[in-house]
Amino acid sequence: MTIRSTTKKNWLLLLTLVGFTSLLATRYFAKDRIPEPKILERHQANQASFASVARRVDAVFEARWQKAGISPTRPADTHTVVRRLSLGLMGTVPSLEELRRLEKLPPELQLPWWIARLLEDRRTSDYLAERFARGFVGVGSGPFVVYRRHRFTEWLSDQFQQNRPYDQIVREMLTAEGLWTDTPQTNYVSAHALLDGQNETNAVALAGKTSRALLAMRLDCLECHDDFLGNIKLGSVSDPKGGEQIDFHRLAAFFGQTKITLAGVQDRPDAAPYRYKLLEDDDARVVEPDVPYDRHRLPTVGAPRTRLAQWVTHRDNRPFARAALNRLWATMFGRPLIEPIDDIPLLGPHPEELEILVNDFIAHDYDLQRAIRIIAATRVFQLSSAAEDSITDEHERLLAVFPLTRLRPEQVARSLIQATSLETIDARANILRRLELFGSENDFIERYGDFGEDEFVTRGETVTQRLLMMNGDLVRRRIDENLFAPNRIAMVSPSAEKTAEALYLVCFTRYPTVEEQQHVAERLNRSKNERRTTIQDYFWALLNSAEFGWSH
Amino acid sequence: MSIYIPNTPECHHPVHLDRRTMLRLAGLSGLSWLTPLATGLARAAERQRQRQAKSLILLWLEGAPSQLETFDPHPGSEIAYGSKARTTSVPGVLIGEGFEQLAEQMHHIALLRAITSEEGDHARATYYIKTGFRPQPTIVHPAIGAVICHQFQAADSNSVDIPRHVSILPGEHPGRGGYLGDNFDAFKIGDPVARVPDLLPTVPTTRQQQRLQDLAFVNGEFLRKRQRPSQAANPVGTATLDAALRMMTSAQIDAFDVSKVPASDRLKYGDTPFGRGCLAAFRLIQAGVRCVEITLGGWDTHVDNHNLQAQRIQILDPAFSSLIADLRAHDLLDSTIVLCGGEFGRTPWLNPLGGRDHWPYGFSLALAGGGIVGGRVIGETNPAPKKDNKDRLADLKNPHPLPDIHATIFHLLGIDFTEELITPIGRPMPIAEGKPIRALFE
Repeated sequence: MTIRSTTKKNWLLLLTLVGFTSLLATRYFAKDRIPEPKILERHQANQASFASVARRVDAVFEARWQKAGISPTRPADTHTVVRRLSLGLMGTVPSLEELRRLEKLPPELQLPWWIARLLEDRRTSDYLAERFARGFVGVGSGPFVVYRRHRFTEWLSDQFQQNRPYDQIVREMLTAEGLWTDTPQTNYVSAHALLDGQNETNAVALAGKTSRALLAMRLDCLECHDDFLGNIKLGSVSDPKGGEQIDFHRLAAFFGQTKITLAGVQDRPDAAPYRYKLLEDDDARVVEPDVPYDRHRLPTVGAPRTRLAQWVTHRDNRPFARAALNRLWATMFGRPLIEPIDDIPLLGPHPEELEILVNDFIAHDYDLQRAIRIIAATRVFQLSSAAEDSITDEHERLLAVFPLTRLRPEQVARSLIQATSLETIDARANILRRLELFGSENDFIERYGDFGEDEFVTRGETVTQRLLMMNGDLVRRRIDENLFAPNRIAMVSPSAEKTAEALYLVCFTRYPTVEEQQHVAERLNRSKNERRTTIQDYFWALLNSAEFGWSH
Repeated sequence: MSIYIPNTPECHHPVHLDRRTMLRLAGLSGLSWLTPLATGLARAAERQRQRQAKSLILLWLEGAPSQLETFDPHPGSEIAYGSKARTTSVPGVLIGEGFEQLAEQMHHIALLRAITSEEGDHARATYYIKTGFRPQPTIVHPAIGAVICHQFQAADSNSVDIPRHVSILPGEHPGRGGYLGDNFDAFKIGDPVARVPDLLPTVPTTRQQQRLQDLAFVNGEFLRKRQRPSQAANPVGTATLDAALRMMTSAQIDAFDVSKVPASDRLKYGDTPFGRGCLAAFRLIQAGVRCVEITLGGWDTHVDNHNLQAQRIQILDPAFSSLIADLRAHDLLDSTIVLCGGEFGRTPWLNPLGGRDHWPYGFSLALAGGGIVGGRVIGETNPAPKKDNKDRLADLKNPHPLPDIHATIFHLLGIDFTEELITPIGRPMPIAEGKPIRALFE
C-alpha cells in the first residue's frame, strides 16, 4: 500500500514537472512570441493614403530647405528609425528578440510591420497615455491626486489601445460624471480638485488646463489681469482683440457648477453660479460661461460642460486639432513643431505642414494611429541625425537634420532594463519580469528625477543622473548578474564578431561598424582570460554613452 | 517703532558710517578723492567687499513652524495658549522656550516677524518661498540656490569640483533649477554619515579606467558627426560626465561626510540627522559650495501643536546655534547668509485638536550673516488679532511680502536682482520681484 502510494506520488510529481516544463517551453519557444500584427493588412491597404499626405508635408520642408540653401542630412537606416519609433511611441528600445524577428521580413515591409506591431502593443498605449496625461492632469503630488491621475492614465491608455477618435476621448473627459474609481475619465476634473478639505472643483485650474492642453493656448495670465503686453490675441484674423480677464473667467465658469460629492463628479444646475472679483471691480460678480473665441459655434442649450465639450471638439475648431498634433509630433520627435508645446497663436501664422496634418486629422475623424503613420512616413522623421559636414542653426531650425533630444527618465530606465534582457519585456513577458521592471523603473526614476509637466523643454543633464548611470545599483546589477544580457552574451556568443553584433544591437539597435567590430575583437583578444569582465565593461560604456542616452 | 536696533558690543558700526553714507557724503564734494574722506571711503569699500556675502545656507523647516512657539512668542497673551518664551543675548528680544543655545547667539541673528505670503498650501507656498515667485502653470522658476549658482558660475568654474547647490535630507520639494536647467538642481544627499550615493565606481580602478577608455571610443564617432551649435556649451552631455569624474576624485567630497568628524563636534550640533546636516553644510561652505539647504520636517502641527513644536525645537536649537558659532569662529559668517524658516506660519489660535493650522498672514523668518546686522527685529504681529478680520494684514506692523527676502539675499550677494534672465523659450524673467529690506543691513 505504501509502495503503491509513493509510486503514485512520484508519477504525479513527474507529470507536474513535465507539464510545467512544457508550459515554459511553449511560453519561450512558441512561434508567436512576437506575433504578426493584426492591423498590418489594413494599414498596408491605406499605405498610399498615408504616403500621399506625408509627401505633401515633405514638400513644405523641401521648399524651405531650398530657399535657405541648405541640404538635409541623408536618410537614416531602418534600424535607426525603428529605434526612434520605439522610444517615441513605446518609451523603450526594441529587444534583440524583436529585432531578429524584424530582420526576417523583406526590407520594404520592415517599417510598416514595426509600426503596426507598436500600435498593437500595450506598451505603446500605456506610454502615449502617460505623455498625454501629463498635459491633461499634470504631475501634482498628494495621495488623492496621484491615485486619480493613475486611474485617468489607465483609462486613457484603454482609449488609445482601441484607437478611439481623439475628439470622442476629449468629450468624455470634459463631460463625465460619476466616481473617480469606476468612471476614471472624471479624474480630468477631480485631479484638479482643491485639496483644502472642501474637495471643491478648481474651476480656475480647469480653465487654464483646458486652454493649454486642449487648445494649446496660454490664457493663464488672464486669470489676474487683462493682457497688457499684447501676448494673447483672441477674436478672429479680420477682427482681432486682446485677451481680457473676463475671457478667462468665462471659460472657468463652465466648471463653476461642477461639484465633487460623495457620488463623485456631478453637475449641479442648482448650485451657485461662478463668481469672481475682477481687477477693476469692487465686488465679486456672477460670470456667465462663454468661450474665448468663435462664440457662434458654442451651443446655446445643454449642460455647461457639454456645451464646452461640443465647442472644443467642433470640427471647425482647428486649435483643438493643432494642440493634439503638436503634442503627438513632440512625442515622436522629442520636441514639438511649435514651441512651447501649449502656446500656438490662435490667429497664426501656422506652419503649413501642421495645417496639412490638421486637415487630414479632422477629415479622418481624429484618428491618432493614422496621424502617427503619416508622421512616421515623412522624410523629416526619417532623416539622419548625423552629418559629415557641420550642422548649422538653420539645419536644426528647419528640421533638415533629425533633432537630438535627451531621453526622458522613464525612457532611460526602460531602455536600460530592456537592453540588458535578451527577451522582450512586454505584456506577454512573465509576471516576475514585469514586476521587476515596474519596481526597478520606479526606484530608478525617483533617484534620476522626473521631468515634470514641462517634459518637452530642452534641459541639461544633472551630475546626479550621470553618477547614477555610472555607479548606480541598477546598472551594476544588470551588468554583473548572471541572468542578464552581458553575461548571457559572454556565455553564448561564438565569436568576437557575434559578440560585438549582439552588444550593439541590444544597446544601440544597430550593427557595429567595421571599426567597432575591430575594437571589440581587440579588446577580447587582449584579455582572453577575462572575456566576461571585458564584455561587462564594454556594456557599461555602451549604456553610459551619448548614443544610448539620447534620441537621435 | 517696529525696527529694533540693539546697541551691543557685537555691532561693529558704532557710527553706522557705511559705504552708502560715505558715498552720499562724498557726493557733496567733487574733490573728495583728495581729502581724508577718500581714505575713509576706500576703507569702507574694502570692509564692504570683505563682508560681501558669497553663499547661502537655508535651514528649511518643512511643514511650517509656529511663529508663536519659535521666533515671535507672545507669552501671557491669549494666543500663546500657555506657550512660554525666554530672554536672549539681545535685551528686549524674546524667542520661544526651548531655544536655550540659540538665545545666546541672538545678537548675530535678525528676526523678521511680519512676513506675508499669498499661499497657504504647502506645495505652492514652498515653491513661493524657495523661488520668490508664486507658482505659474507655464513656467518653473529656479530656486534661489540655483540662481546663485547660475550667477557665480564663471567665478566657480575652476575652484569647486563638487555640486555648488546641495540639498541635505531633501524633503518633498528640494531646490530646482527650473528654467535655468536641471543642471542647476540641488544635489541631494541623505544623512551625511552615510556615504554619498553613487560616488564610488563599482569596479576596481584598472577596470574603471578601461571602461572610460571604452566610453571615449564609443562616444567618439557618434559625437563627431553630431556637433550642433545649440550644444556647443555641453556637447551632448559630455560636460556632465567630466563634472561627475571630477567630483568622484575630488578631495572636496570629504566635506559631505561627517562620520569622521570628532564625536564632540557632532554632539555640539545635536548629532541628529538635521544636526549632522548643518555640520556638513558648514564644511561644504568651507569647500566653496554656494547654497546648501537642510530640511527638518515635522512642523505641520495640526494636532498637539505645543508638544510637537517643542520636539522640533529641541533638534533645531543646537544645530542652528552651533552653525552660527562655527561660521563665526572660522570667519565665514560675514560671507554666509543663514536663513531659517518654513513656508508659512501657524494660526494664532488652537483648533479643537490642540493644533495650529496654516497662517500666511504674518509669520517669522530668522536671518544671519552676510552683512545682516544681528539682533534686529523687523515687523510686529498683534498679540490680540481679530479672528474674523477680513483684512488679516491690518493687524501687522511693518510687514514685508515674501519676495523682499529674495531681493535682500540677492542684494547682499551683490547680484543685480532686477536683471532679466531669458527662459528657454525666450521669455525675460527678473531674478527677483521684491525690494531689499534695508533695515536688516544698513
